[in-house]
Amino acid sequence: MQITIDGKELEFSPGQTIYEVAKENNIHIPVLCHHEQVKPIGACRVCVVEVERARTLIPSCCTPAEKGMVVYTNTDRVLRSRKLTVELLISMGHHNCMTCETNGNCVLQDLAYEMGIEMPRFEEPKDRKPVEDANPMIIRDMNKCVLCGLCVRACQEIQVNQVLDYAGRGPRSTVGPPFGLKYEESNCLFCGECVRVCPVGALTEKMARFAGRGADLEKVRTTCGYCGVGCQMDLNIKDNKVVKVSTPREGGPLPNHGSLCIKGRFGYDFIDHPDRLTTPMIRVDGKLKEASWNDAIAYVADRLTDIKEKHGPNSIAGLSSARCTNEENYLFQKFMRAVIGTNNVDHCARL
Amino acid sequence: MQITVDGKELEFNPGQTIYEVAKENNIHIPVLCHYEQVKPIGACRVCVVEVERARTLIPSCCTPAEDGMVVYTNTNRVLKSRKLTVELLISMGHHNCMTCESNRDCVLQDLAYEMGIEMPRFEEPKERKPIEDANSMIIRDMNKCVLCGLCVRVCQEIQVNNILDYSGRGPRSTVGPAFNMSLEEAGCKFCGACIQACPVGALSFKQGRFGGRTWEVQKVQTTCPHCGVGCQIELWVKDGKIKRVYGVEEDNTENKGQICVKSRFGLDFVHSPERLTRPLIKKDGKFKEASWDEALDLVVTNFRKIKKEYGSDALGGIASSKSTNEECYLFQKFIRSCLGTNNVDFCTRFCHTPSAVALSRAFGGGAMTNSMRLVEKADVVLIAGLNFTEMCSTIGALTKHLVQFGNLKLIVVDPRGVEIADYAKVWLRPNIGTDIAWANGMMNVIINEDLYDHDFVEKRTEKFNELKKLVSKYTPEKVEEITGIPKEEIIETARLYAKADKASVLYGMGVTQHIYGTDNVSALCNLALLTGNVGKEGTGVNTIAKQNNGQGAGDMGCLPPIYPGGQPISDPKVNKKFEEAWGVKLSMKPGVTESDMVINKGKIKGLYVVGGNPMRSGPNLNNIRKVLEDMTFIVVQDMFLSETAQVADVVLPACSFAEKDGTFTNTARLIQRVRKAIDPIGESKPDWEIICELSKRMGYEMSYTHPREIMNEIASLVPPYGGVSYERLEDGGLRWPCPNKDHPGTLYLWKDKFNTKTGKGFFFPADYNPPAELPDKSYPFVFTTGKDLCHLHTGSYTRHSAALLELSPEDLLAINPLDAQGLDVKNGDKVKVSSRRGEIKINVRITDRVPKGTVFSTLHSSEIPVNVLTIDTLDPLAKTPELKICAVNIKAV
Repeated sequence: MQITIDGKELEFSPGQTIYEVAKENNIHIPVLCHHEQVKPIGACRVCVVEVERARTLIPSCCTPAEKGMVVYTNTDRVLRSRKLTVELLISMGHHNCMTCETNGNCVLQDLAYEMGIEMPRFEEPKDRKPVEDANPMIIRDMNKCVLCGLCVRACQEIQVNQVLDYAGRGPRSTVGPPFGLKYEESNCLFCGECVRVCPVGALTEKMARFAGRGADLEKVRTTCGYCGVGCQMDLNIKDNKVVKVSTPREGGPLPNHGSLCIKGRFGYDFIDHPDRLTTPMIRVDGKLKEASWNDAIAYVADRLTDIKEKHGPNSIAGLSSARCTNEENYLFQKFMRAVIGTNNVDHCARL
Repeated sequence: MQITVDGKELEFNPGQTIYEVAKENNIHIPVLCHYEQVKPIGACRVCVVEVERARTLIPSCCTPAEDGMVVYTNTNRVLKSRKLTVELLISMGHHNCMTCESNRDCVLQDLAYEMGIEMPRFEEPKERKPIEDANSMIIRDMNKCVLCGLCVRVCQEIQVNNILDYSGRGPRSTVGPAFNMSLEEAGCKFCGACIQACPVGALSFKQGRFGGRTWEVQKVQTTCPHCGVGCQIELWVKDGKIKRVYGVEEDNTENKGQICVKSRFGLDFVHSPERLTRPLIKKDGKFKEASWDEALDLVVTNFRKIKKEYGSDALGGIASSKSTNEECYLFQKFIRSCLGTNNVDFCTRFCHTPSAVALSRAFGGGAMTNSMRLVEKADVVLIAGLNFTEMCSTIGALTKHLVQFGNLKLIVVDPRGVEIADYAKVWLRPNIGTDIAWANGMMNVIINEDLYDHDFVEKRTEKFNELKKLVSKYTPEKVEEITGIPKEEIIETARLYAKADKASVLYGMGVTQHIYGTDNVSALCNLALLTGNVGKEGTGVNTIAKQNNGQGAGDMGCLPPIYPGGQPISDPKVNKKFEEAWGVKLSMKPGVTESDMVINKGKIKGLYVVGGNPMRSGPNLNNIRKVLEDMTFIVVQDMFLSETAQVADVVLPACSFAEKDGTFTNTARLIQRVRKAIDPIGESKPDWEIICELSKRMGYEMSYTHPREIMNEIASLVPPYGGVSYERLEDGGLRWPCPNKDHPGTLYLWKDKFNTKTGKGFFFPADYNPPAELPDKSYPFVFTTGKDLCHLHTGSYTRHSAALLELSPEDLLAINPLDAQGLDVKNGDKVKVSSRRGEIKINVRITDRVPKGTVFSTLHSSEIPVNVLTIDTLDPLAKTPELKICAVNIKAV
């Protein structure tokens, strides 16, 4: 089946939206409330296009392509409407980009730049809503919310936690837990999916506030160290410290496609926990005392050699860890078998 | 001496500020109004620190460290003060980061983030100031200005343009041009140094507005393609377009962050709609688009036919000083090995060949002796026939800076009151074309007053007696008679130059474009040899090449008598070396020059022009047109349909510098990388690819996959380039001679000996003779030409820049007020200028910067073919025409 976009005749499969067909063919249509993992709802109206014989402009993200449809993505009418939409979105709240954590990574900012908006045209609302940051994980700044509904849809459709929903009508519309509850007062599981999909700076990671932005951060893709799913995530590093865990907003890799649980997204602070062991320790007179690596290794080697000589290699056993890497576990059993000379090696899966 | 910062005892040198000591020791103190190239003024107070026993907090950026000082950089008191300062700075204006071009590249934003300012504490001012964006280059948004004064200081201290300053008091303080003028009204030169220095979004690129922010663009360091300075620039590229241009602030560059208007705003020529995008073939007098195959095959057929009918020497090639070294090398290789002739030359024939000849016979090598930044080491610099600040603006600015803020003294010799003359200790204003006379006069004084360097003359020169004998005739009185320079000034200048510890000569085409151009340059060489001002830092005889790769094209052997690296074709050993390397028999017959090719009818039947434009840059254009039209076949390879391309049979579309890799060698022998930033526009190709394609079709295989491989071949055959490779050039340029991989390059030439037969420098004294054509009753005015700030020569790039055209739209005839009165013309009036060879119509600009009796015009625009007037009498040695003087008549129309 064929659809014509900006004069190009394009093939499509039934069910594809106009936006999807355009994207597949490298025709740029800006979007804000769209996310590949949730149902399109056409909330923001940024993606409007002109369709021949249609009464109004049509939101391309939630309108299925139809055979013979003739679409224009960048007529004057479309561009004017889009610009007005973005100007109105900006006027919904207080967007203080200067120290916003999403600065440079914000869909609303990108749209304003794309539309060439020199100055906001409309006045900001008089009132400022208080920033909610009582819990240690998620900061909610509803001054920056543009009601795209992605947090709601991610909570309901991706994580199926059903904590967030829409409330209110008209200018009092809002998103969040029911009855104006705070996140921590609700049943929120703090998976942080809402933070990941938020296209603006309304939902951000509290532990990363003022910890570093954009180019200051080095991103390292790694595998989560908690459960057996093996979620892929990005450690954000500044000055040799993990200051944030992030995942791609869209297009995240298997197995988790960008989703994480509370442990993966917010449980990284154990890395810098003050209880971390930082030197080897040797028990002296019943008490552990700090020691140098040289002393500790020598002590262990001496003791193991001693036991092996006196009681034979099978008097020594090794317990490996399901938290260690494959490489480390391989070396451990190699050590037990080749150096100590025993098959007494096992790990925590036994229990 | 010691200072304690945050408990650490640190050594420092007297004069260092607290901030500098801290920075050197990796102690972070935030700054806003600080920039290392200008004087610190402590304007913003962000850098305050606590100093024991000091009454108040101290701005660390402008407080010298003192022995025993105890400093704390992050006490509560300091942090509170800093945060308040930043909050107040924010409250000064409207900082709309959302679509600001400086977003994420803004010092104020970084500070706000560092201080953890969640929300601005104070209210913004009620009023918004209008944004000034009437010109197409710089947007001024004073709503975002934090009065750090950096724009003012770079304008005054670095560029010494003195356009920007502070005005107003208290809350009405502001920065900008005087009397609230706009930049364009104030005579701003649009170097854009203020944009680069602005730490916030108050000054930004109009061309780059909404074009891409710091994190969205690709940043590519390359070499500016305009003049011979070879400024290192960073292109900001998005969607295949150059959006912004910054100067690279590295110590290993000639420009250290500074660039001029041509580089900052004039690179839009790359995206000009007039770019050629497909090959053109002329059919029935009209160009038709063709495929590459069709066009190249047609070239090959015609070259073969001419070669067969008239022999190889009926073919000729004109290379381009705008192509890369690799391309120039391939071009002469193609002409020599594939066409089989030494008829290869380039546009320097019309500009600077006299330098090559004179410097070679005096010192043994035809290149600028020192580096561009020699002015930093010199005590006295003599600038002759060189519009320095408009020609090499970044180094011109540096020179102005050193005069104003340092101890440099300038001698400027120019009949025209060029801008640099305003900064001269002595400005000599000779009658045009009398260079040998004043130089001989200076040497007369120097020898008579025994101010010359006996030791140097004795140990390192030859033929001193000849010089002494000749210049003895040039008494100051006689010189005054010839040159019109008062004899006292000659004497004063001679003393100033000779007594300086390090004196340098810089000169331009005002010296070379004469029938005695070679002798003119020799006179300057004599002056330097006489005073021992060669072979040291901050001295020398320095020819300022006009084009970005004028030096490189010569180095690469695009000259009739030499192979790359100045190796003579007449030397059988050299010839054999290249025959072996290129695997082909090579002609030892001397080739003809560009002047011979385009001025004399019938010498050349088939011509291959890369980037050259003799139909605009050559003398007596009406004749050149006839010569070119008489040729059997012309192929022109260019980015635009130049005047020369218009008379061609085939035009091949070439790429700009931004679309290819390669190297340029600047006028001071510095070899620097050109890096590909965008894909070729349309079907255009880089010169080297076109040459390889042509060569292959002619039956001589040149198979390079990347210019890197060409450079490796150059290094293997050209001794001064022997140590050059792309790997090494990644860390900055290399200045030849650089004979091997471990050689660091050579900052200045002739340290211990010259490259002549005896190893000594040779004096070549010459007598003064009048120019080819002097004014008379029918043609009473002297006509001379030159450039202006915004354009370069025939405007092949700059006239395709919308920004540069906006600043400098047309060629004007500069005329002295007295002459204007005599002719009864006013500013902007149109006049007819005629010489014995042709006539033009041009608008006049009345200025006393030209002397009475002399008129001056730039020759940049295609609308006014200024060179129909000029004379094609040649310097007998260099074959350079006397483009700088002819006689004209002027009539109001």
